Amino acid sequence: MGERRNEEQGRYRRFARRAVMLGGGQLLLLGALAGRMYYLQVVEAEKYKLLAEDNRINIRLLPPPRGRIVDRFGTPLAVNRQNYQVLLVSEQVADLDDTLDRLGQIVPLTGDDRERIHREIKRKRNFVPVTVEENLTWEQVSRVEVNSPDLPGVSIDVGETRHYPFGDRLSHIVGYVAAVSEKELTGDPLLELPGFRVGKSGVEKLHDEDLRGTAGTSQIEVNAVGRMIKELSREEGHAGREVVLTLDSGLQEFVFNRLSNEPSASAAVLDVETGEILAMASVPSYDPRPFNLGLSQQQWQELVNDPLSPLSNKAISGLYAPGSTFKVMVALAALEAGVGADHKVFCPGFMDLGNHRFHCWKRGGHGSLDMQGAIQHSCDVWFYDTAKRIGIDRIAAMAKRFGLGDTVGVDLPGERGGTIPTRAWKLANIGTQWQGGETLVNAIGQGFVLTTPLQLGVMVARLAGGKAVVPHVTRGLRGGGAPDQLVSLPAPKLDVPEAHLDIVREAMDMVVNSPRGTAHRSAIDHPGWEMAGKTGTSQVRRITKAEREAGVIKNEDLPWRRRDHGLFICFAPVDKPRYACSVVVDHGGGGSSAAAPIAKDIMTETQRRDPIGSRPLPLVAQVGQNEA
Amino acid sequence: MAVLDEMHLRRNPTLTVGQKFWSINWGLVLLICLLSGFGLAMLYSAANGSFQPWAGRQAVRFLLGLSVMFGCALIDIRFWFRFAYPLYILSLLLLVAVEIMGSIGMGAQRWIDLGVIQLQPSEIMKVALVLALARYFHGLTVQDVGRPHYLIPPIFMALAPAALVMRQPDLGTAIMLLMVTGAVFFAAGVRWWKFAIVIALVAGAVPLAWSHLHGYQRNRVLTFLNPESDPLGAGYHIMQSKIALGSGGVLGKGFLQGSQSHLNFLPEKQTDFIFTMLAEELGMVGGLLLLTLFFLVFVYGFAIALRSRNHFGRIVALGLTINLFLYVFINIAMVTGLIPVVGVPLPLVSYGGTAMLAVLFSLGLVISVSVHRDVRIPRRGLREEA
Repeated sequence: MGERRNEEQGRYRRFARRAVMLGGGQLLLLGALAGRMYYLQVVEAEKYKLLAEDNRINIRLLPPPRGRIVDRFGTPLAVNRQNYQVLLVSEQVADLDDTLDRLGQIVPLTGDDRERIHREIKRKRNFVPVTVEENLTWEQVSRVEVNSPDLPGVSIDVGETRHYPFGDRLSHIVGYVAAVSEKELTGDPLLELPGFRVGKSGVEKLHDEDLRGTAGTSQIEVNAVGRMIKELSREEGHAGREVVLTLDSGLQEFVFNRLSNEPSASAAVLDVETGEILAMASVPSYDPRPFNLGLSQQQWQELVNDPLSPLSNKAISGLYAPGSTFKVMVALAALEAGVGADHKVFCPGFMDLGNHRFHCWKRGGHGSLDMQGAIQHSCDVWFYDTAKRIGIDRIAAMAKRFGLGDTVGVDLPGERGGTIPTRAWKLANIGTQWQGGETLVNAIGQGFVLTTPLQLGVMVARLAGGKAVVPHVTRGLRGGGAPDQLVSLPAPKLDVPEAHLDIVREAMDMVVNSPRGTAHRSAIDHPGWEMAGKTGTSQVRRITKAEREAGVIKNEDLPWRRRDHGLFICFAPVDKPRYACSVVVDHGGGGSSAAAPIAKDIMTETQRRDPIGSRPLPLVAQVGQNEA
Repeated sequence: MAVLDEMHLRRNPTLTVGQKFWSINWGLVLLICLLSGFGLAMLYSAANGSFQPWAGRQAVRFLLGLSVMFGCALIDIRFWFRFAYPLYILSLLLLVAVEIMGSIGMGAQRWIDLGVIQLQPSEIMKVALVLALARYFHGLTVQDVGRPHYLIPPIFMALAPAALVMRQPDLGTAIMLLMVTGAVFFAAGVRWWKFAIVIALVAGAVPLAWSHLHGYQRNRVLTFLNPESDPLGAGYHIMQSKIALGSGGVLGKGFLQGSQSHLNFLPEKQTDFIFTMLAEELGMVGGLLLLTLFFLVFVYGFAIALRSRNHFGRIVALGLTINLFLYVFINIAMVTGLIPVVGVPLPLVSYGGTAMLAVLFSLGLVISVSVHRDVRIPRRGLREEA
């Protein structure tokens, strides 16, 4: 009995010892768990809090509505229009192909479309809607809605798309928007939104950031598969700003339609006081709408390969020899160089320099002419003689003051600068010395001289108003959560004596209103609206000696591509100039026959509408905006 | 000593039901209720503040389990002693039955569908194995334990069910069976150096075992070693669990406010990962409180084992307490990323019927050991005394 009890006690003691050890081990392990929790929940808590927030919060961008573009009176030129889209949520669709077949009976779907839809569905999560088709007609929308019981998972959504009420008549200035390209991604998350559009040309491009506005954000809580649970907070963005242009859309329409009688032409109408562009057109033009929707490769090729280059705004990017319109620069340079307005030159129809003969456009010659007479009759010999006296560099210096030879800084993308040659320019760019004969050729606006139609418009505006105006199409910005901003402001005085300008203005008056002027047929007979101008004809081919002897071939007998460009610059009214205009008709023949009649119609319409005299959309100028 | 002996002999070893009922450890019962209350609250939160579908059903199961526990507690310890081997044999047969006709659930054959409930034999085996081992070691003297050939039968008693569970395949439960066996061997007084030999053998067998592991089991081990390597794949569970725990901080996000759990980033939040959810919503404070409650349960278990006057009861109480501890430790170590993901629920807290019943059944046995602590059972068995 005792032995058994002793044995029992020995067994118990060993058990107790072992149990204490096991208990100690357990305590150690529980301590490890507590330590682990301390590490995760205290030491590393911040790191995991961030990770948890990342897990659950998604930031969604609220795209702001794009700002409108309006003309000086508030007429909309670019607006947002509702765009009806068919969307499809794949998780609600039982049989995708069957659903697409049914949809295809309402909205035409090509094989490419179906392939794209299949691809997108595979890529996106199955509750994210996929766009089936955009820009539905109202009838298609109604038919989808009516058939919705048979189309589970299909819904109609309203998006925004850009609409241009004036279409091709303003596409060169307003531009267009299109999908963001890879190169344009700046890191702004707005640009990465599907379906987001940015300005690709014209005002849409130049003022893209103003028009775009700022995105709002919506913080949403999502679950593990990304489905939205609720909105946590919302920060509204700012709508894009409204861009007010200097244009008068009515006048723009008139100018465009008037130019459209020609295969290829351009024109600009400016305010001589401010440089505001009231109308500027280049025909042919293009329809901006397909760009927004996505141009097909074929449409793009057609536009690019069109010999009349509808995509280019010739008013700012077409380079033309200014022809005789350039003579007003030579006259002003001569006056500054001390050659008086009474300086007389006898024109026998040609002038010899070295062993080369330079012809006047009038075969028999003009006889003896002073400066104003030479401008009125556009006598080449008077300008040969005067240019030879003062030299090319003085002419160039004057031309530069009138905005030629370099970009004038119009607020539109794609402006070209042209060329006003000097001796140094030739040495640097061509590598040879200036020849005396070149002075004569360039003095009549041929040779190296190249200008854009807008530059000619600026030249005549500065001449007419005596102010160093800079042309621009933006009048100001409104709305979008910021104060109004007026960009158009009066220009400083031009650094040319008013007396010199008056001499040339008077001569230009004679060009149009004197019975013997080169543009007399285009005189405006409405009292008070009379205009002054200068014709120009820009030769695109070389007239050989043989042809000159046989008689110069008339423009009408040449193929269109080899005909002269017709140019005309003008301002009105004559006694108190307010409007300036330049017209270039590509291969239209002479300036007096092709361009002057168009300019007459434009100037008559401009003064009839009188956009400067009418009350524009109010824009309050802000202090500190004077640099503009 | 003699006086003490007299006192023991005077005490009547057969108690009435009323006496037994009053000698139940009510403190332990309170702890069990508190832990289950914690669990029910978390299940209510896991369903976004609803008793459906988990908390309500779990409450019913808990009440059912509680009555099972009291029933076990009142049954005489000698009954369990007598039926230790038959229960073990029955459990072993059920495991074989699962192997033969087990239905497929969660990619593993673990259930027998009895129509009313789905029976998980491995849960019963965890209790039955402890009872059988206790029964065996009860009959050995200190000298017997020191003789190696006496250890061969209990080793096979453990290896047979472990191998069957491994085939299901349920690696976690198999390892738990072996660890409980180890603990019982240790408590029974098996020498240190014998454990050293076994550990050395196991270490040598690891490469062999690796080649026999299922693909998903290997992946679990691999992703445990580097969970960030595949955050959306196999490491997702561990990563999300750690994020939930860490973002809970000291005081937690508040009841019903756990973003990780409520937005479904947390996998199986009502079962294996319920501790994560608790620690996310109630913070480290809540987590440590739960650990403390468990710790107190273990203290009760050890105290009961040490106070028992029969060796069978000691080993049963200790073995079952260690079994419970292993559940708790493996589950919490898993969700905190200390060990690989193994499918082990948190006792009394996780959602699940069989596990709840099995845990309360084993706690009932522990209480029974306590109630019958003064019952003497001769080393050579009951028949001899009768």
